[in-house]
Amino acid sequence: MSDHLGPWTENTARGMVQDRAWTALWRSRDLIWYFAVRDVKLRYRQAVLGAIWVLAQPIASVVVFTLVFSRLAGVSSQGVPYPVFALVGMVSWTYFSTSVTAGGQVLVANASLVSKVYFPRMAAPAAALLSPGVDLAVSLVLVEVATVVYGVGPTWRLLAAPLWLVLMVVTALGAALWLSALNVRYRDVQHAVGPVLQVLLFASPVAYAATALSGWQAQLYAVNPMVGVIALGRWSFLGTPWPGWQLLVSVVSAGVLLVSGVAYFNRAQRSFADVI
Amino acid sequence: MDRIEFDRVSKRYVLGEQRTAREALVAGARRLTGRRPEPRELWSLRDVSFTVADGESVGIVGRNGAGKSTILKVMTGITAPTSGVSRTRGRVAALLEVGTGFHPELTGRENVYLNGAILGMSRRDIGRAFDDIVEFSGVRQFLDTPVKRYSSGMSLRLAFAVAAHLEPDVLVVDEVLAVGDAEFQRKCLGRMEQAEREGRTLVFVSHDLDTLSSLCRRSLWMEAGAVRAEGASSDIVRDYLSSGLSAPGSSSALIRSGPLQVLDVRVSSGGRGAEAALLRDDPIEIDVDFDLAEAVPGLDLAVYVTTRTGVRVLDVTAGDSGPVSFRPGRQRARVSVPPILNVGTFAVGVWFGTAQHELLDEPAAATFTLHGSDRGRPDRVLVYDLPVEVSPLG
Repeated sequence: MSDHLGPWTENTARGMVQDRAWTALWRSRDLIWYFAVRDVKLRYRQAVLGAIWVLAQPIASVVVFTLVFSRLAGVSSQGVPYPVFALVGMVSWTYFSTSVTAGGQVLVANASLVSKVYFPRMAAPAAALLSPGVDLAVSLVLVEVATVVYGVGPTWRLLAAPLWLVLMVVTALGAALWLSALNVRYRDVQHAVGPVLQVLLFASPVAYAATALSGWQAQLYAVNPMVGVIALGRWSFLGTPWPGWQLLVSVVSAGVLLVSGVAYFNRAQRSFADVI
Repeated sequence: MDRIEFDRVSKRYVLGEQRTAREALVAGARRLTGRRPEPRELWSLRDVSFTVADGESVGIVGRNGAGKSTILKVMTGITAPTSGVSRTRGRVAALLEVGTGFHPELTGRENVYLNGAILGMSRRDIGRAFDDIVEFSGVRQFLDTPVKRYSSGMSLRLAFAVAAHLEPDVLVVDEVLAVGDAEFQRKCLGRMEQAEREGRTLVFVSHDLDTLSSLCRRSLWMEAGAVRAEGASSDIVRDYLSSGLSAPGSSSALIRSGPLQVLDVRVSSGGRGAEAALLRDDPIEIDVDFDLAEAVPGLDLAVYVTTRTGVRVLDVTAGDSGPVSFRPGRQRARVSVPPILNVGTFAVGVWFGTAQHELLDEPAAATFTLHGSDRGRPDRVLVYDLPVEVSPLG
């Protein structure tokens, strides 16, 4: 029966019915926005040299990588100058690791909110992906300046950069959904994230090329979605060879990560307020 | 037409749920070896059914742990029921705690927007209500100051102001008015009465039974996770206040909250036993025995006496007669009341808390009846013979 009071919203043993759809995320877009604005303001309010600190991290890594991997180990950089090659890898990696670290902790960090207010829970990890986007935007300016300086771009392939961004965000969101929901139940998760990311940094083609392996090993390697992300980024920004099959494997892998992350998060969220 | 429906809602909490992977592994190993520890369960709600019609105001009374807050959490979707269905229609706004989500580093203005969004307002709603919110809060000149520099009263006013302008179809309010000064509480109540007049549906949980019965026509009395009684608020409040707590002298704690256990609340007269009848003309002593597991900074204690309709006759706070500091351990607080109360039945309420945080508030911790007669007098609560002086007018 429907009348002027509108439709019923049901809360059952499976949680709030309306939350199962992606529409919950869309409905809470203003909340996501204000969560993100809060994070950005808190990060930069006290830091006068904000933008410089954003760039310090990738630049420092690139300097170290250039010395160690390029000069000492002689790692191939697919025909482009090693510093820009490493820079694109590092910028992608920095966005991924900051988003995943922040996203993994976001529910526990807002525990009082989770136990006292109803809001679509997915808004919190989704918002955690937005504020590192500010750093990313600043870093991309550096990437473009560097490609011009080294004379490797920009080319028409830059138009494909949004695809690189989408794949990276899908990967980060999938990981953040898994980790944030797991962290509510098992607090060990937030301690494990740091070491795992450190290992993953070297298991991703940040300092070297995704083509370092060949054949089925290369395909298996690309199950790590960051392989596809970084390879696609280098293709788009620097004109390195098209990643092909590796990209396909990474796209599927990222999709699985996101879909399973959404499913696990939806199942776990009904008890967040009880166990947090 | 109904706005809220609870259909056989039950909610089970499993105590001590696994927190670390190590504990989970240990529990898993136990299960394999067959030594399965009994999970400790707590049914916070059991088969609770009720409805609230559009535009109706309903109060919920009950002791600590009776399931009042769980009802609100299930109703608003914060937590899922274990079985049964809770249904609501229209926009539901809940005020379970004032200022949740306020960030101390952000300014008042920024917090208004953030808090509004958390409570479910769209950017446009907040923009439209912004001036009213600021006006209501009375902190206009500090709008661009970080909230960490606010007094606790100021941030409370601002937080409530945001919540007060939600304009929901259903407003759910938990014990939030227990904090704040008297003027602020009056303002909040005025706002809730206004919401009621505007035809909004109101669900109100409070230990302030006088306010509850003036604001809500109908009430539910929750006991041990079930609806014990339902009916006109005045009847429910009277029955609830006369119910008292469990048998005197029992060794188990009456109420627990965090590090605090209230062991016994007793009313006696002149050292005679608790069974002796209390007489109107004798002084009485109210004893509150409690056990504090750890020191709580700033902890204070209040004892209050209400009539059967919930009107507060006495309310004394330990901190009012000098600074107090409770050491951990078992102790007794005693309030000696001179013979000023009239014959009748009264309830003793006990409150523990700090300036910021309420630990426990139980308005019906004990009841007592004063015997005697006050014949030939209209009803009066206090018997205090004051001299009447008569002098000619200039």
